[in-house]
Amino acid sequence: MKHQEAITPLLEVSDLSISFTQYTGGLRQKTIRAIVNLSVNVKPGEVLAIVGASGSGKSLLAHAIIGILPGNASVAGKMVYAGEPLTPARQAALRGREIALVPQSVNFLNPLMRVGAQVRSSALNGNDAAVQREIFTRYHLAAGTEQLFPFQLSGGMARRVLVATAAAGGAQLIIADEPTPGLHPAIVRETLAHLRELSTAGRAVMLITHDIIAALETADRIAVFYAGATVETAPVTDFRSEGELLRHPYSKALWQALPQNGFRPVPGCQPSLDDLSCGCLFAPRCPMASPHCLTAEPALRSLRGGEAKCHHAA
Amino acid sequence: MPLEANNISFRYRTDHWILRHLNLAILPGEIVGLTGPSGCGKTTLARLLAGYARPEAGRVLLDGQALPTSGYCPVQLVSQHPEQAVNPRWLLRDTLHEGYVPDEALLLELGIKNEWLKRWPNELSAGELQRFCVARALGPGTRFLLADEMTTMLDAVTQAQIWQVVLKAAGERRIGILVTSHDEQLIKRISHKSINLAPCL
Repeated sequence: MKHQEAITPLLEVSDLSISFTQYTGGLRQKTIRAIVNLSVNVKPGEVLAIVGASGSGKSLLAHAIIGILPGNASVAGKMVYAGEPLTPARQAALRGREIALVPQSVNFLNPLMRVGAQVRSSALNGNDAAVQREIFTRYHLAAGTEQLFPFQLSGGMARRVLVATAAAGGAQLIIADEPTPGLHPAIVRETLAHLRELSTAGRAVMLITHDIIAALETADRIAVFYAGATVETAPVTDFRSEGELLRHPYSKALWQALPQNGFRPVPGCQPSLDDLSCGCLFAPRCPMASPHCLTAEPALRSLRGGEAKCHHAA
Repeated sequence: MPLEANNISFRYRTDHWILRHLNLAILPGEIVGLTGPSGCGKTTLARLLAGYARPEAGRVLLDGQALPTSGYCPVQLVSQHPEQAVNPRWLLRDTLHEGYVPDEALLLELGIKNEWLKRWPNELSAGELQRFCVARALGPGTRFLLADEMTTMLDAVTQAQIWQVVLKAAGERRIGILVTSHDEQLIKRISHKSINLAPCL
């Protein structure tokens, strides 16, 4: 569904910051900032894709939403789900029921449990065995697969089991964290088509991925993350040809680094948030950076039907 | 001298062959793409070539000889799941330095930050861990690299950056590479030839 600005978001995250406390020796502690002032929202009936640098906090956002960050994490900012704030108690009540996560790592499967039983444990309505078989058939997992343990599955099969686990419940918000890497293109298309189907049925889908091409085929909007912040939100139609419709230089770099679009790397690496106290986080690697960029942090502003966090974006 | 799979067969269960009578040769400096549907044995083939598993029949040969069973293996595997390929109880410095000590320049090119060396594997993202796995696989003794979905978990900018480093090393030192990927565009971009693996029935 396109053009639905009027619909209230099912999930609204604003000014989210996440930091971790670490012991550096003895009783000395230090704080590592991982996400700073991140804002993103997803509406019912919509697929929002989140793409961006590895280590930019995409998975942390997912974990923060369902409240499974480790104990040394501190979270600030506002998360509102269905009009009410997401408190730790509410997160515990909602996760696995209203909000489902398709995790990034295949390590999230219980290594000592047969995969059929794992999927059945998340089927909350009706005959769990029947739900599990139907879902296995839909994901082309052979009948004998339910009897296998996770180590007996190929990488692709393990991914499909993870997606099946989330789809088995009746969640309204599905957060898919890299559901498709290492899958064959036909299975990728099918998994994404299934996520699309869930959104058409009125659920909200947040698709975290590195695969921009897959995101383009599935999503309505794309949010681009860099160094723990949203640098751009754009309709999918802006990702084409040389990327001249994109607003932020990092989004353009990401688009032009695809093997089919030039395979051009950007020198340097993503800064750790502790290295920079002010200024734009992309400035050290940005071809457009001016002295102003190094001293003043740009705000996320609306631009041509999207948003960009850049002084130079026009 | 090539890395060869000589008529190899492999199965995990007695009723299902994963690979059957497979022949493959990679020459020094050659970049070979390997594609195929999931579950067809791409990772298994990479594990066999690197010596992590033994074929039920047939042989894996490097310069006409079996792979060495001790010391630094000249055939290095970079696996699809870095979080399963590093010891969770070792600091990353120890993992990185197990085979050899990479120089600062390589770490910089791969975007590995110095402070990460003092961290545990669960304190880094999969993409960050993979950079360590790439760095440790590029030791001076490496002659063949098996890149099993090596950059799948990385963003496009980092993917281009890492391949630039690996392709440079491969060109300078005539390292042969087997690139397993579902990304046809990537295979098309970097490999000299590609092989499509059909599932065994």
